[in-house]
Amino acid sequence: MTLIDAPAATLMLAALLIPAAGALLIPLFHRAPNLREGVTIITAIALFAVVLSLLPTVLDGNRPGMGGFQVLEGLTIAFKIEPLGMLFALVASSLWIINSIYSIGYMRGNGEIRQTQFYVCFAVSIAATIALAFSANLFTLFIFYEVLTLSTYPLVTHKGSKEAKTGGRIYLMILLFTSIGLLLPALVATYAIAGTLDFRPEGILSGKIYGPPLYLLLALFAFGIGKAALMPIHFWLPSAMVAPTPVSALLHAVAVVKAGAFTMLKVVTYIFGLDFLTEADANTWLVYVASASLVLASVVAIAQDNLKARLAYSTVGQLAYIVLAAALATSTSIVGGGMHIVMHAAGKITLFFCAGAIYVAAHKTEISELDGIGRVMPVTMAAFLIGSLSIIGLPPFGGLWSKWLIGIGALDAGHQIAVVVLMLSSLFNVAYLLPIVIRGFMFAPPGTKPGETVAIKEAPLPCLIALSLTALSCIVLFFTAGPIETLLRMVFTGGGNG
Amino acid sequence: MSLLIAAAAAGAGNAVPLAAAASKPFVLLDHLPVLQVVIPLLAATLCALLPRGIYAWAFTLIVSWTLPITAAALLWRVLSEGTISYPLGGWLPPIGIEYRIDALNAFVMLLVSGIGAVALPYARVSVDHEIEQRQQPWFYASYLLCIGGLLGIAATGDAFNIFVFLEISSLATYVMIAMGNDRRALLAAYQYLILGTVGATLYVIGVGLLYNVTGTLNLADMAQRLGPAFDESNRPILAGIAFVFVGVALKLALFPMHVWLPNAYAFAPSFATVFLSATATKVAVYLLLRMMFTVFGAAIALDSLPLAQVLLILSLIAMFVCSFLAVFEDSIERMLAYSSLAQIGYMTLGVSLANEPGLTGGIVHLFNHALIKAALFMAAGIIFFRLGTSRLSQLAGIGQRMPLTMAAFVVAGLGIIGVPGTAGFISKWYLAIGAVEGGQWPVVFLIMASSLIALIYIGKVVEVAYFRDLDPRCDKASDPPASMMVPLLVLTAMIVFFGLDTTWSADIAERAARGLLTGLK
Repeated sequence: MTLIDAPAATLMLAALLIPAAGALLIPLFHRAPNLREGVTIITAIALFAVVLSLLPTVLDGNRPGMGGFQVLEGLTIAFKIEPLGMLFALVASSLWIINSIYSIGYMRGNGEIRQTQFYVCFAVSIAATIALAFSANLFTLFIFYEVLTLSTYPLVTHKGSKEAKTGGRIYLMILLFTSIGLLLPALVATYAIAGTLDFRPEGILSGKIYGPPLYLLLALFAFGIGKAALMPIHFWLPSAMVAPTPVSALLHAVAVVKAGAFTMLKVVTYIFGLDFLTEADANTWLVYVASASLVLASVVAIAQDNLKARLAYSTVGQLAYIVLAAALATSTSIVGGGMHIVMHAAGKITLFFCAGAIYVAAHKTEISELDGIGRVMPVTMAAFLIGSLSIIGLPPFGGLWSKWLIGIGALDAGHQIAVVVLMLSSLFNVAYLLPIVIRGFMFAPPGTKPGETVAIKEAPLPCLIALSLTALSCIVLFFTAGPIETLLRMVFTGGGNG
Repeated sequence: MSLLIAAAAAGAGNAVPLAAAASKPFVLLDHLPVLQVVIPLLAATLCALLPRGIYAWAFTLIVSWTLPITAAALLWRVLSEGTISYPLGGWLPPIGIEYRIDALNAFVMLLVSGIGAVALPYARVSVDHEIEQRQQPWFYASYLLCIGGLLGIAATGDAFNIFVFLEISSLATYVMIAMGNDRRALLAAYQYLILGTVGATLYVIGVGLLYNVTGTLNLADMAQRLGPAFDESNRPILAGIAFVFVGVALKLALFPMHVWLPNAYAFAPSFATVFLSATATKVAVYLLLRMMFTVFGAAIALDSLPLAQVLLILSLIAMFVCSFLAVFEDSIERMLAYSSLAQIGYMTLGVSLANEPGLTGGIVHLFNHALIKAALFMAAGIIFFRLGTSRLSQLAGIGQRMPLTMAAFVVAGLGIIGVPGTAGFISKWYLAIGAVEGGQWPVVFLIMASSLIALIYIGKVVEVAYFRDLDPRCDKASDPPASMMVPLLVLTAMIVFFGLDTTWSADIAERAARGLLTGLK
């Protein structure tokens, strides 16, 4: 399975440096777009190969570490790979390849401006994501969390229009305000209480804080991690939909919101400690808040006519699954939450790719305009169907497993209400996703007579390849959920401190 | 030229019949404390006599580059050997004036002289652009007087001697500000003159009261005698402390005694603003620390006067009100000046917390903010140099034409906000921890919340510089000559460096803080 035979530390360093190196190389080929995109693709593939080569080491129970650059007493920039981070890095690096292929089709098909800047910022975002996934402590994670915010801002405002600037400003302000105003005080408090910010299997706060301060601290984390888009801190996500579609994919599937969900899982598991949190019963309120966020977001999604806005609210709802999983604080729910990072990524990136493809090929953005689009773009809409079914959580698509595990986790934790919410939400998912498919396939395209055939006009080939691949992955993931679960279970069972 | 100074300094040293000095082979090293002050003061006199700006600048450059070397040697000695006491003229304390150097003031002296050394290459083009040729030697002479005065305040351990140096540095500052080429500079200098004099007068009245009670002007001696004297008659002592406190607070521009600062910084020549913003208020903060902890705190319980509470509240107000004022300024210089006032709030906040992490935060912020604000004002000065304006509304798209300058501005701006990886984060982290240890939870949030206001005003500049279409008036602008660019880049690099490696900033600040706290009653 090992692609590259090298010591884990070397591989880690390579994984951290490759996307950064890509970001430096891309501008050199400013005048040769083919070479420039070549650099992006090669960098992405190299990164994925390196990350994949780290997997066997982690599966063997090792936790390779690196760095240890001390900024202050107790504040260290250090990296260490554990199963959750491994999985997140795999998701981000694999989707970067596909997303880059898609970007080529989308950006050229749309004749977008400043493409070099686009690819550079993209590479920097990926670099930040990988570093965030491999962070050994909360301080390191926080730094790259902020780098990710700043490096995605130019991407969100890429179009340069007034609307893009407004959306970008909301995006930046909400994410920075929550992270500096809430998350950073949470870090300070954690450091003051625990004397460290390291991620440790038993949780560093365990047994050191009780009562209302504990609730408050959890709240600071839950709302301070704005990227997890827990309501009411979610509205940056819909306002960021002004971005070009590959960026939406980056935001919704590859990196940004996943970084938030990932941080939430890490904090609950390694900072608070699951047993501690459930014993102190500090998590119950978060279960309810996450459930409420889940249902509300789904309801709002139904009301959206803009395709990307509907998908954005869908993401808010799906992220609430992961926050819910973290709030349930059982090992099964955490495994389910981790798996939902993967499953939702595959499903949602497919849906966004489809939305982008429709925009490139037909210049349509509203759902009410999509009558009969499935006859013009059959491949795209087929992929959209697969992505939708995976998000809804039907077999044989990957989305089933994560919901399944979170549900089991809810039963373990004795929160039956959460199971009801999960089922309800699946119904909502059906209600806001499937009408789009029905409209696309069943309704006649505007201005055609019944029975009349329309010419097929799909998006550029790179887009089609990318969205077919991600749709395929939704199916593949249904059958490969086992290994993923094995990997995630190691958070609790396997692996010493290698 | 440097030989001349060495000779002059050695001459000054030879006049000291000091037993300890005589027995050691290398005499110069023992006189480091006084050299710090004597070199710039003597050089100022010589500098005023030089015929042309270029000579005066070259001469000042040599002096400015000598000072950090002596300051570094001094800091190194203090860190390895402990506190140094240097009796001026061989008159032993408490009769004579004592220069007393510990980790805190050695650190401040290195900061002041270091900023001078980094900034001076920048002065050449900038001063040429803003000040008439024949006045330039006077300007450099004032600068040397000012730095001599500031180093003197830091070095001396004598309350009245502090007053003398305070006046030397202030008078020199008034002159420097008045040389700004905007006519409003005169008014700003006059305003500062009045308020600065009031501050110094309050300070000297306070010292007078304390002298009346204790019969000594030596700070260490005063600290010892204040305790017993306090038990006898506490009214004059409390009054004296209050006078000193308000006088110093005026000098460090603590809200609401800050009104002199924005105009002074906005209309002074760019180089003067760079230097003063990074050093003058910092030395005043040092003076506050010295008086509050080494003198009063060591003699009487700090809470016999509500100094800490008053300081805490004023600091918090400064952090918010001045940050908000900065948001609504159109002139970059005035915006940065208000930002400075808010940042001074952070420093005094650290002082008011009066625990080890809090004080460390205050002291290290003194250092970090000096670097950050010097860089920001340098960038603002460069913009003024290229465009003749620093109004934000006229700078649309400037980032395209001055990429390096604006990049440096952004990095320094991130430092002001306190983004991790910059020096600003380190200070805020310590302050936050200090607030937690002091049980002041709300303060943690207030520190972060005011950082967010900094985000707004820095974000405003970023938006104008990068996300607006180019203003035709800015079309011909470009990055400045290397002599201006390199100092700015050096400072920017330092902001990042001290955000990652704190061995030479926070660690020393921590030692200084511990030194201040050990003497507390």
